[in-house]
Amino acid sequence: MTKRTESRIVFWAFLAPVLFAFIMVMVIPFFLGTYYAFTNWTSSARVDNGLRFIGFKNFTDSLSDPSFLYSFGITFVYTVLNMIAINVVAFALALLVTGNMKFKNVYRVGFFVPNLIGGIILGYIWQFIFNNAIPSLGTIIPALGFLNDPNKLMLGKNTSALAAMIMVGTWQYAGYIMMIYVAAIENIPQELIEAAKIDGATPWVRLRAITIPLCAQAFTVTMFLTLVNSFKQFDVNVSLTSGGPSTMLMGQPILGTQLLALNIYNTAFISNRLSEAQARAFVFFLVLAIISIIQVSINKRKEIEL
Amino acid sequence: MKAVQLRRPGTVAAEILTAILFLLFLFPFLLVLINSAKTAFEVTQYPLALPNRWGNIIDNVVKIWTSDSVRYPSSLLSSAIITVGSLLFINLFSAMAGWALVRTKSKVSSVIFFIFVASMVIPFQIVMFPLLSWFRTVTVATGLRLLRTYQGIIVSYIGFGAPLSIFLFHGFIKSIPLELEEAATIDGCHKHEIFFKIIFPILKPIQATVLVLNGIWIWNDYLLPLLVLGKGNDVMTIPLAVSNFAGAFVKQWDLILTAILMAMVPVIIFFLFAQKYIVKGMVAGAIK
Repeated sequence: MTKRTESRIVFWAFLAPVLFAFIMVMVIPFFLGTYYAFTNWTSSARVDNGLRFIGFKNFTDSLSDPSFLYSFGITFVYTVLNMIAINVVAFALALLVTGNMKFKNVYRVGFFVPNLIGGIILGYIWQFIFNNAIPSLGTIIPALGFLNDPNKLMLGKNTSALAAMIMVGTWQYAGYIMMIYVAAIENIPQELIEAAKIDGATPWVRLRAITIPLCAQAFTVTMFLTLVNSFKQFDVNVSLTSGGPSTMLMGQPILGTQLLALNIYNTAFISNRLSEAQARAFVFFLVLAIISIIQVSINKRKEIEL
Repeated sequence: MKAVQLRRPGTVAAEILTAILFLLFLFPFLLVLINSAKTAFEVTQYPLALPNRWGNIIDNVVKIWTSDSVRYPSSLLSSAIITVGSLLFINLFSAMAGWALVRTKSKVSSVIFFIFVASMVIPFQIVMFPLLSWFRTVTVATGLRLLRTYQGIIVSYIGFGAPLSIFLFHGFIKSIPLELEEAATIDGCHKHEIFFKIIFPILKPIQATVLVLNGIWIWNDYLLPLLVLGKGNDVMTIPLAVSNFAGAFVKQWDLILTAILMAMVPVIIFFLFAQKYIVKGMVAGAIK
């Protein structure tokens, strides 16, 4: 056996296990799914039984469904607000725990811990907090009596329920993003800060002129992570609000906090419209890909400017 | 310089603020703990009070331990089998693939690497429905059961976890000097021996990152097990068990919170032991 053939055999032998798994769960389903999105695929219409090509009908149906358009809208709102909230909180926490502090390692770990627990479990914990613990605060402290008003529960109205999801999302994710900022801030050469101090720069000026510009690369990463994760949010959505409360849009009852991922899931398993759910997933993928490319290119440009 | 630096009032205020935020961040977990030690009545009436009798926590834990919708011992075991099994395969197979892709300079090799990297932007939502029907087709054609089984979910995790892991290994292996391998070749080592005896042990730091990132994801994952394992299956993971219980015992917060506590304890214990690796691994994984 020549060296060349040995190399070739080893190459394929070493790739074979991952290629097998990858083709089984990503490649084949991806192409099947792209095809199914243009058919009348349901649990009863399968490849060997009545599957028909129906063109763009699933897409036009989706785009004329108020619940899908609504989910798109609130997913954008949720994503933008969640990105801002997580990054502001995370950056502030990172500034605090990189300061001159006694227990900074303990604090870092504490802020990080929620990230270790799955979103589905965190959502239930906060459902309890919003529905039971906070109202009970209203009974204990008379001045906060309004908290106990059943009509003013956080999860009872769409806007406040969406705000509740952002709170939970921030609590879950800020500690992780903080760790990335901490790594970036600790990489800033100490001489630079000392020199600025000697020149009389105030902490605020040092932050604007040194810390933030030198964290530019970290911002690209954190923005990307928070964007993608917020846009794909599913677990917290399921366990915190299950998409509710209901509301009306264009004369149709819809779920008021149903993000896109949950909308896709419900379209398939509750409304039993598999091919339409597949078309929605396709749109979801395209939009996510486009906005993350835009985000990364904006951040990259900013990196150079800063 | 540092030793003589006085702690200015600003620093003290910052520390107090951080300590308060720290307590706020951990308060939800404290609520879970105190309410796991209450009766159903206490939880709804006094969710913020300390429990009357801490001993209740044992009653509640026993109820969850023996509950038919949680099946705690079996769920914990299934979660462990799925997580550990997937991690072993992802780690080994991705390292092998990463090495093969770095050390083989050919068009095919770069195309395969590009496909892996590109696939990282594909959300699970776009493949999840066809994945189920495809698994069913495979079972009909070959008799190999993939839905509702360990092998099905582990193959899924290998496939979905591989791209990022290969990417991480690829980046690390690129920085290993080729001379190391050439020396071994001269000594008469076969290619596969070079990998297992020389390269794989050097990869330890990046293996830690791969294990941590994938481990946290797989242990906590909800949607993939929900679809591939399904509801009411013998094989159930901890997140599925908790949501199953919360769905069946709506508003029975004493027991739901106990189930949550029992779901969190293994993770927290593990974290306390492996804290350094976990934080480092997650940050390293994000930056690359």
